[in-house]
This record gives sequence, structure tokens and C-alpha cells, in this order.
Amino acid sequence: MDLALPPMIRLDNLTLGYDRHPAVHHLSGEIPAGALVAVVGPNGAGKSTLLKGIAGELRPIGGRIVMPALPAGGVAYMPQRGEIDHSFPVSVFEVVAMGLWHEIGAFGGLSRAQRQRVREALSAVGLSGFESRPIGSLSGGQLQRARFARLILQDAPLILLDEPFAAIDSRTVDDLVALILGWHAEGRTILTVVHDLEQVRRHFPTALLLSREPVAFGPTAQVLTPELLARARRLSEAFDEHAPECHIENVAVLPLPAAPAHDHGHGEGHGHAPAHAAHDHRHSS
Amino acid sequence: MTEFLLTPFTEFAFMRRALAGCLALALGATPVGVFLLLRRMSLMGDAMSHAILPGAALGYLAFGLSLGAMTVGGIVAGLVVVLAAGLVTRASILKEDASLAAFYLLSLAAGVMIVSLRGRNLDLLHVLFGSVLALDDASLLLIASIASVTVVCLAILFRPLVMECFDPAFLRGVSRWSPVAHYGFLMLVVINLVSGFHALGTLMAVGIMILPSAAARLWAKGLPLLLLLAVLFAFGSGVAGLLLSFHADVPAGPAIVLMCGVVYFVSLLAAPGGLLAGRLPVRHHLES
Repeated sequence: MDLALPPMIRLDNLTLGYDRHPAVHHLSGEIPAGALVAVVGPNGAGKSTLLKGIAGELRPIGGRIVMPALPAGGVAYMPQRGEIDHSFPVSVFEVVAMGLWHEIGAFGGLSRAQRQRVREALSAVGLSGFESRPIGSLSGGQLQRARFARLILQDAPLILLDEPFAAIDSRTVDDLVALILGWHAEGRTILTVVHDLEQVRRHFPTALLLSREPVAFGPTAQVLTPELLARARRLSEAFDEHAPECHIENVAVLPLPAAPAHDHGHGEGHGHAPAHAAHDHRHSS
Repeated sequence: MTEFLLTPFTEFAFMRRALAGCLALALGATPVGVFLLLRRMSLMGDAMSHAILPGAALGYLAFGLSLGAMTVGGIVAGLVVVLAAGLVTRASILKEDASLAAFYLLSLAAGVMIVSLRGRNLDLLHVLFGSVLALDDASLLLIASIASVTVVCLAILFRPLVMECFDPAFLRGVSRWSPVAHYGFLMLVVINLVSGFHALGTLMAVGIMILPSAAARLWAKGLPLLLLLAVLFAFGSGVAGLLLSFHADVPAGPAIVLMCGVVYFVSLLAAPGGLLAGRLPVRHHLES
């Protein structure tokens, strides 16, 4: 039952936030290598903040994020609103080729084989023939496809996607989901913020339900229940400008999807008790 | 006609020096201007040109009209403002334009104060308006050296700089080059402004950076063509400005910048990205 692999991400009493106000509050848990996790929750639940924290863009204000098995530069993070300057004069090919940075660095040229891989990545996202188009001429869906092509070339073991399907038509979403499932089949660890619960149920084996406080983490069917979702909605409320300092030291440990069945997460809740998501089996991956 | 175009340069050494200075500025300062334009920092270049004034003025105050002192002073003042503004931007909630505005205004005020300490301001006209027609060997060497350093640095920084302009979040995610590209670029801006003020003066130096870049942006869709066109426009304007200054007996610095302006307005009218392109009768659209 024990996993030979170390977990990809261990969240250790993690609190992330802005101006001392927590956006992710006392989150603990382990995300196993190779997991495909949908991060769900209401707006303001801390989903993007969690991804930012794991990507290293935001320093925790409490606790730790440990990623023992991750090589340097092993995270590919796609923020929701990139800071992409659409009017910049670069071509689609050049943008996608940026994904090869870890191979070519600041000075290396593109070999013939690497050029071929850029073209293959473009064709994998259905953008063949767009190589020399300026990036500003792409539609929203095409731009998202190009960003995914760049992710393909980044070839990272851990992929963080923040709302990759926002304002994207259904056909593009289907294509992008197929790509994500392909990465999952290759054994990459993927965290994706998704709002469409139907999509989560259909494609994502594991879900993490956040509402600033961690609500549940486990197999999707046991996380996306009406009770837990209602609980998530209740918990998500506005910051209190004069909230007192939080002095919780001990934390609720979220049950793992792959953990052995002896831990029921009891006896440690301090108002942060997680739902008892079942955790007796591991989805095939 | 050849007499009109060539004789000034064949007959007069100072015109040849000025021509060499313009070539160096076009090769060094204009590509930097292209990136200023693409980073939406055109006005920031203007602010920076004011920021170097107190340094140059201090150098002048201490050592008189000395090339070295004014250059070092200008570079130091520019770098202090850039680094202080960058530090404030990265560590506080103020955006770059606000922190830069704060520091350059302080710098400018200090500059004016320093200038007023010395009654004899005539020489300082040289700082403000340049002296491209009176470049001595040392100045010419300085301008050429700065141009060479700039070309080499831009070649080294090119890829990180393009990514820093296009998608800074991505660059931060994959490498540690982001601050190197950012500050390296700002340093290039500073040294090129200092190089520009020897030829065109602090007030005009930004002109040869931004105007040819803006004109070229109206024509070019790709970055290599954009850089090439901008350099050609800048050098062409330099030659035309020098000729205008020679024949019409007007100051050379403003003449060069006005020629850049002519190129800009012609581009604005004629180029595919300009004013008229969107207002011409619609041609038959394509199939796909």
C-alpha cells in the first residue's frame, strides 16, 4: 500500500495570503506524483493563490511547501491572466519556442530537431500553419492553444494551470482537456483550477475543494458532493479588516487519495476539520 | 546635387565627425529606443534624460566643462535614479511610472538648484542642447565606445529582453534572467542618454531614440525588420539634419530631431500601421 515514490508536493500547514490576510489557510496534505488534481471552490477561495505559492511566486506567510522530488525548473506555471503583451512583434513560432528555454537558455540556437519539435507542438494544439502569424492576430482560443503548445515544450514534471478554460469555446476546451489527459498519462503531476464542475467530474480523478479553509481533498466523486459544496460556499466570505490574529498551531491533515486507510483525520480539527473524504483507493494513472 | 549632398562632408572635418557621431548614435541609441517603445517606456526615456542632468551639472560644477566628469556624473545620477526607482517598484505597491516620476523630479530639481549655484550658465547650453558640430576626439570616442558596448550588450541580452517585454511572468518562471534583463536594459538607456547628450543635448537625446523607432513600428511587423528600419531612419535623419543645419545655418541638434519628426509624420501618413491605412476605401476582402 505504501507508495515507493515520495509525494510530489507536501503542503505543511501552509498559509498563503496578502497583507497578513490568509487566502489559503492552514492547508496540509500531500499530492502524490502523477496526480491529476482539479482545484475547485468559489471565487476568492484561494485557488489561484495556492498555485502561485506552489509556483514560487508568493512567499508563504505560514507553513511550508516541500517538493522533494522536483528537479530545479521542474514547474511549468500558466497564470490565469498572463502578462503577455499582445502588441509585441513576435510570431507564434517564436512564442512557442520560448518553451524550450530550459534547453537553449539565453544564447543557444534552435537545432533542426528542436524546430521540428516546435512544429509538432503547434500541430498537437491544432495551430499548424500559424507559425509566422504575429501573436497579436490570434483569437482568445488560439492564444490559449499557443500557450499550451509552449507548455508542451517546457516538458515539466509538475504543471500548474490557473483557469485554462476561462472564456474558451467548447471545442477548444475539449482539445485542451485531451492534452491535459495526455500529460496525465505520461505521469506528470497536474494541478488545474477549474470552475465547470461537470468538467471536473468527467475528466479529473482527484479534486481539491478550497474555500480559504481546505474543505476536502480526494477522489472527485467524494469531494464534489452537495454537502461539501454548500459548506465551501458558506466558508467563503469577505476578509474582515480587523480580524484578530490567528493562533492555530496544530492543523487538520487532509486525507490523501492514496493514503493507507488507518488515518481518518480525526482528533486534530480546530475548527478546520476537513470533510471525511474517502481515500481508500487510488485512481489508475 | 552631389555638391549639395557631399561637399559639406568632404570639405569640412567637423561635418565628418558629426556624421560619425550620428552613425554611432543610430547604431547604439536607436535600438535601445526601439525597446523603450515596445516596453511602453517612451516617456520614461524622457524622464531619465532629465534625471541625468544633476549628475552632469555636478560634474560641470566641480571640474568645469570636462567630458569625463560630466559623463561620469550623468551616468552615476542616471543609475542612482534607475536603481532607486526599480527598488521602490519591486518592494512597494507603487508602480514603476510613479516611483520613477518621483525620483526623476527630485533629480531634476536638484539639477536646477546645482546649476543656479553657478552664475555663468552659458556653457551649460552645451549640456542642454549638445554640440554635434563640435565633437572633439574624446567625445567622438566616447560616443562610439558607448555605441559598441550597447550593441554587444543588446546581443547578449536580446532573448531575455524580448521575453521580459513580451511575457515577463513566463521569464520569471523559467529563469533568473528577468532582473538582469530589466536592469541591464535600464543601464543601456542611461549610458545612451549620456552619449546622446554630448551630441544632441539632454533635451534632444531622446528624440533620436524614440522618433525613428515609432516610425519604424508603423512599417514593420517583425522585430528584426523593426530594428533595422529604425537604425536606417535614425541615420538618414542624422544626415539630413546635418545637411539642413549646414545649408540653412540652423542648430544641428534640433535639425536632426526635426528630421526624425519628418520621417515619423511621413510614416504616420503612408505606413500600413499609420493613420490613412484604416481610412482608405476597403479593398476586397480575402477568402480566409
